[in-house]
Amino acid sequence: MQFSYYPGCSMDTTGITYKLSIEYICSKIGLVLHEIPDWNCCGATAAHSKNKMLALALPARNLAQAEEEGLDLDVAVPCASCYSRMKHTVVAARQDENMRRKLEEIIGMPYKAKADVLNFLEIFSRPEMKRACQEKMYRTLKGMKVACYYGCLTSRPVEVTGASSTENPMEMDEIVALTGAEPVEWDFKTECCGASHQVDAPKAARPLIERIIRNAKANKAQAIITACPLCNLNLDMREGEINKAKGTRYDLPVYQFTELLAVCMGAGAKDIGIHKHFFPAFDLLNEYLRKAGD
Amino acid sequence: MDRCLNNRENAKALAARIAKDAGVDLQDCYQCGKCSGGCPMAGDMDLMPRQIIQYMRLGLMGDVLRSKSIWLCAACHTCVDRCPHDINLPGLIEGARMEAKRRGMIGVKEVDKFTDIFLENVKMFGKNQEVVLEGLYNVTTGHLMQDMVNVPHMLKHKIVGPELNTTKQAAEVKELMLRAQAAENERKRGEQ
Ligand code: SF4
Ligand code: SF4
Repeated sequence: MQFSYYPGCSMDTTGITYKLSIEYICSKIGLVLHEIPDWNCCGATAAHSKNKMLALALPARNLAQAEEEGLDLDVAVPCASCYSRMKHTVVAARQDENMRRKLEEIIGMPYKAKADVLNFLEIFSRPEMKRACQEKMYRTLKGMKVACYYGCLTSRPVEVTGASSTENPMEMDEIVALTGAEPVEWDFKTECCGASHQVDAPKAARPLIERIIRNAKANKAQAIITACPLCNLNLDMREGEINKAKGTRYDLPVYQFTELLAVCMGAGAKDIGIHKHFFPAFDLLNEYLRKAGD
Repeated sequence: MDRCLNNRENAKALAARIAKDAGVDLQDCYQCGKCSGGCPMAGDMDLMPRQIIQYMRLGLMGDVLRSKSIWLCAACHTCVDRCPHDINLPGLIEGARMEAKRRGMIGVKEVDKFTDIFLENVKMFGKNQEVVLEGLYNVTTGHLMQDMVNVPHMLKHKIVGPELNTTKQAAEVKELMLRAQAAENERKRGEQ
């Protein structure tokens, strides 16, 4: 299977474990990602809170470059925020021919809005992808209880994402179950992590993180699983801070769903950067791999 | 504060303009409060999401534009997703925030700074540079030590480094941003 690929700005930095685990999986199952040659930032929340045309145009330059490559492939986007911005552009350009032409003018390139934009949950939910992953997994995390956290932007707004459910999506639960881990039922699957407000309005936003972790814990999860570099960073980096500030003892490592898949395909901690997590993430995986006789 | 906001008719016209741009008919709201009930940021808001709509309806735009709420909204879309009338509240808030910014009414200066620095970064490098963003943010907001405890871990594990990761044709992105600004201005003029 092949896709055009838009990594987004955080994949080389705070999203590094997401990147490494995706690359590991690609090498195992023969998934080919063609990185868009000279991509730029999608604009994230910043652009659309200031300027509508800019919010649509920044992604359009990337999508137009993917078209220019002539590979005729859909575009795979790992970050939930990038995914949302790119998909907004596709939808706007398809809905309104004038807008599409206006975008072409702004970016100074032809843009036909032919390719779809897909997030990695959509990609890994495809039956052929699940089969390919399953064939390559020889380790199991059997019995490890996990809370799958989807956040906002893979599901909302539904006119853009086309998500099956905005309150209780199941795609990640089903993918993660391939590893033997047991997704728990819980209430905060699509609650907001606060995104950049964890930096620019931390007092107001920090409780969002704590509520997510608390609910996962109350539902007996041993780890939280994400599908976005920013959701992951926000939970992973702030959990220890919250413990320190409030005397709580939350103890849930926060993994990208691709990390679990990669580990079960044989990835070592170093291969995918398990030691790069802020909240210690090695012991839990190790414990379950050992239990399963690895 | 902008004097035109004291005139109720002007303020109502402004509310109508913001609503139109967000694709909202303000009269559609039932004032049921489901939006406020599910809003993750409501705990720190000075005007609840439900009130924002009601105030706009009444033409109390000064209160809306002065509020912290329009800066604290995380654009999570929970409210519109649960609203029985699919009212695009984050769209209204976004419009209100742009108007507030234009008038120099900045309810939460950190949020405004973060966004500006983010976009300056993109204009300069084509991609966002997390190190530059955090550094400039801390310096310009005066929160010098914020998040510095996490820096040693990031450096040790090479999560961030001194090298910049830029778009090769960053100049192209800058041009694009200037043209987008012109197009946005034109779009706004068309609405008035
Ligand atoms: S949920 Fe919708 S209808 Fe109800 S108060 Fe909020 S905006 Fe109005
Ligand atoms: S989009 Fe804004 S107002 Fe609506 S629920 Fe989210 S934070 Fe609250």
